Amino acid sequence: MDMLYGLVIAPFADFAFMQRALIGSLMLSLGACPIGVFLMLRRMSLSGDAMAHAILPGAAAGFLFYGLEILPMTIGGLIAGVIVALGAGAVSRFTIQREDASMAAFYLISLAIGVLMVSIRGSSVDLMHVLFGTVLALNDEALTLIGGIVAVTLVSLAIFWRALVAECLDPLFLRSVSRLGSPVHFIFLGLVVLNLVGGFQALGTLLSVGLMMLPAAAARFWTVRVEPMCVLAVLIGFASCVAGLLLSYHASLPSGPAIILSAGVVYFASILFGTRGILRARIIHHRHRTA
Amino acid sequence: MTNTCLTFRDLTLGYGSHPAIHHLDGTIRKGSLTAVVGANGSGKSTLMKGIVGVLKPMAGEVIRAPGVRAAYLPQQSELDRSFPARVVDLVSLGLWPRRGLLGRYTKEDRDDVSKALMAVGLGGFEKRPIDTLSGGQLQRTLFARVLLQDADLILLDEPFNAVDAKTVGDLIALIKHWHGEERTIMVVVHDLDLVRQNFPETLLLARQPIAWGETRETLKPENLLRARRFHEAWEENAPWCEPGEDAHGHDHHGHDHDHQHGVGPRAA
Repeated sequence: MDMLYGLVIAPFADFAFMQRALIGSLMLSLGACPIGVFLMLRRMSLSGDAMAHAILPGAAAGFLFYGLEILPMTIGGLIAGVIVALGAGAVSRFTIQREDASMAAFYLISLAIGVLMVSIRGSSVDLMHVLFGTVLALNDEALTLIGGIVAVTLVSLAIFWRALVAECLDPLFLRSVSRLGSPVHFIFLGLVVLNLVGGFQALGTLLSVGLMMLPAAAARFWTVRVEPMCVLAVLIGFASCVAGLLLSYHASLPSGPAIILSAGVVYFASILFGTRGILRARIIHHRHRTA
Repeated sequence: MTNTCLTFRDLTLGYGSHPAIHHLDGTIRKGSLTAVVGANGSGKSTLMKGIVGVLKPMAGEVIRAPGVRAAYLPQQSELDRSFPARVVDLVSLGLWPRRGLLGRYTKEDRDDVSKALMAVGLGGFEKRPIDTLSGGQLQRTLFARVLLQDADLILLDEPFNAVDAKTVGDLIALIKHWHGEERTIMVVVHDLDLVRQNFPETLLLARQPIAWGETRETLKPENLLRARRFHEAWEENAPWCEPGEDAHGHDHHGHDHDHQHGVGPRAA
């Protein structure tokens, strides 16, 4: 019992930085995982990844002018993300080009600008924090920011849930009964950017999308309905955060990758053992009913 | 005119600069059941999209009588069948006109969903994931959604595709039931026998209306022959359609219809 306490509870009980990391990452999961489910269902998983790259020049600009300060970097990232999301979304909505192509174009341009700006300032250890995050160094400012983002995300999801589901399930139908189709698409893209920006404090611009996508992708193997899928994704996110932080504490590993890798383990386990996973489909399906 | 549901005024719909529906004039009476027939590319689906408003007119307009709500069953649904939803979730979308974005579904609503599924012969399918449905079952599910929308104007674009004979019979019965409830219905159909047996009125399209009115009159051999001669391809260097000289063109085609319904006054 003592050993279990020492292994699981003590790190969080004894160290304030671990508590902050836990609170921050759990809050992130609460907002980002449902968003990830919808990204996946809309076949925009890679758009999320692209968007995460697109945030870089904004964060880099903030870093360039103000140094390693949370607020300017967040606002910069938000602006860059929104520009790319809206630009790519608009191109795909109003021209014949599909979202994947327009998104790739926008994010590549954005990434190039970001790298250019980074190189102007020269290499820096601080910049590693931008790219890969510092979940163990979340301060009050960052936690407040993440809390706000989660609140906005959950409230928006609650309000627009039905439209978002309709827009994914049957967009033409939604267009025939309501004008909400386009606004909902852009609101959703906005939420994606918001959550990625929230995540980059903790996990870095490159890995923040991991906490969004991996739990969602894993949850897909367990259920055939959206609502339980979102709940399950959040739970998987929670578990990954706890496991990742403990792993990073005990094995002295960087915390961001440890969290994402924990989610990765759940993902692979789900592929194998999920109710809609490989083993179930291959092995247990031999029996069937008469009708 | 109180018993007009839809008015087309010099309506041109199309893609790029090429018209798929060219200067359509006329009206759809409230409570009428109209079949829309014509060759591939004659503008049937385009007309449906124009009426429901997902395609903006290049010229002219479609005027809906005030308060008329439309339900639309497209030919090529953008439905994502891999989306994790059950039959009941899909059909419940039809509650949108009643409940909108935030309205809570009541017990009564859920009963109505079950009743709609019963009506299309899918009672007990509520919990089935939509990716396990056959093509015909999916089509009937979408019919159930139209049923639930409780619309005054119902637009069905080739609803009988990939549907077996028995189900076509069921769906026709449903359409006739709607007709009995004084709803206005337009259906794109390819099977002319089906049209002759079940639809009182027909619009024969070949980019322009070839004939429009009572089904037996419209589907006369000479009209069908004219419709068949219609040139499907777009011409890249087709002359631009000028308002002045074109007035003749659509006047000519518009006549059939105007006489039948006694819809006299038109600007042209």
